[in-house]
Amino acid sequence: MQDACALALTKWPAEGVPSSPRGWLIGVARHKALDRLRREARRVRLEAVAVRDWPGTADEPCGEAGTVAAADDELALIFMCCHPALDPEARIALTLRCVCGLATADIAAAFVVPEPTLAQRLVRAKRKVRQAGIRLKPPDRDDLQRRLATVLRVIYLVYTQGHMAAAGPDLVRGALCEQAIRLARALAALIPGEPEVAGLLALLLITDARRAARTSDAGGLVPLGSQDRGRWDAAEIAEGAALLEQALTAGRPGPYQLHAAIAACHVQPETDWREIAALYSELARYEPTAVTEANRAVAVAMAEGPAAGLAILDSLGTRLARWPQFHIARAELLRMTGRTGEAITAFRRALDLPLPHPERTFLQKRITELRDARDG
Amino acid sequence: MKYLILLYSHSPMPGPGTPEARKLFEDWAEARQAMTDAGVLLECSPLQPPSASTTVRVRDGEALLTDGPAAEIKEVFGGLTLIECDGLDEALKWAARLPTASDGKVEVRPFYQVPS
Repeated sequence: MQDACALALTKWPAEGVPSSPRGWLIGVARHKALDRLRREARRVRLEAVAVRDWPGTADEPCGEAGTVAAADDELALIFMCCHPALDPEARIALTLRCVCGLATADIAAAFVVPEPTLAQRLVRAKRKVRQAGIRLKPPDRDDLQRRLATVLRVIYLVYTQGHMAAAGPDLVRGALCEQAIRLARALAALIPGEPEVAGLLALLLITDARRAARTSDAGGLVPLGSQDRGRWDAAEIAEGAALLEQALTAGRPGPYQLHAAIAACHVQPETDWREIAALYSELARYEPTAVTEANRAVAVAMAEGPAAGLAILDSLGTRLARWPQFHIARAELLRMTGRTGEAITAFRRALDLPLPHPERTFLQKRITELRDARDG
Repeated sequence: MKYLILLYSHSPMPGPGTPEARKLFEDWAEARQAMTDAGVLLECSPLQPPSASTTVRVRDGEALLTDGPAAEIKEVFGGLTLIECDGLDEALKWAARLPTASDGKVEVRPFYQVPS
């Protein structure tokens, strides 16, 4: 999501503030990831000519059950793939490959590693499953506790993989979205009362409710603010909201409940930016990343004005200094607060970093405009 | 499946007759009994220290012998447990019950299954 966050910060001042940065961020993340996927695929194809190991080993069974049928079996397979005896890096990749049938190239792109590296990781993990005698069985209480975080992340990634494809030319991978929701439901049935499981299911439902509205007739992505709310699935939103409300009463908040709460804010008729900013503050306790802070800065800028958002961006210091979009976002907020000279400097700093040509041209134009406004 | 559990300890064996030695003996007796009752135990034994070991390499048909293990290591491979059970999860549960897992570490190594 890092790319998307930066891009969103870059574009919203220029194209008008989107009514929902968060939703828009998610949309752009898909575009970005898809671009990367295509780039990666082209490069990897060249590298992979000699590395034929994946096609050669693709028929290795993922588990003893081979192919999968019901959600319960799928869940057992996920728990097997998330076995703590496996390399942590391999667990999610193995699940995406064995449970969801994603292509190695797609998984490699999602992890931003070369395809042969990922293929190797998968081969090693499958070999260990077979050689060490890791069994396919329904998870017991102990497994549930120890593997839950990984399993939640896997299901979330399955969903985003489906969602990402929805914006691309490959058309909607709705099957993956539905698979993720089915798995989250199965997990919720297996561990009733676990608030993070309910939180994840709520997040997926509320996000999925907007799936049909996300794609234009021409196949392009429709940002949240421009979506036809009539095409949202009201039943899915209601189910997600009810689940979330129920989960929150447990008094054990966590990242999925918070993401779900933010998603829920974005489907309200009026967006409460203060609430969203507060939710991001809470989220930072679980995901203390610069990206979370940058997201919070967007929400705060929307709620309290550009100066407050700017203060947060500035508090990030040099953590995002190598991100051109960070400087661009700062520049736009500086411009909005009337600090034209500093805005120009910030734009120039972005231009010192590698940027695609169209963005470069756009920034140069922006600097000229600011300079003219100041001098004229 | 058969699993060899290699026992690596950090600390030297406690002196005979000390309370530590008695405690260790009791802990092992309990673990052995549990594995025997479950029908998984094939072999369980401490080993003489590495200084008692002899390394053998056969080169050009001749056995070359070296005193001791190849290299000094911090953790001493001090014993082994051999079990036969249904799969890794069960093996890991038994491994975690071995006293050495609590003060050193144990490695669970599956047997290679020779294709019949």
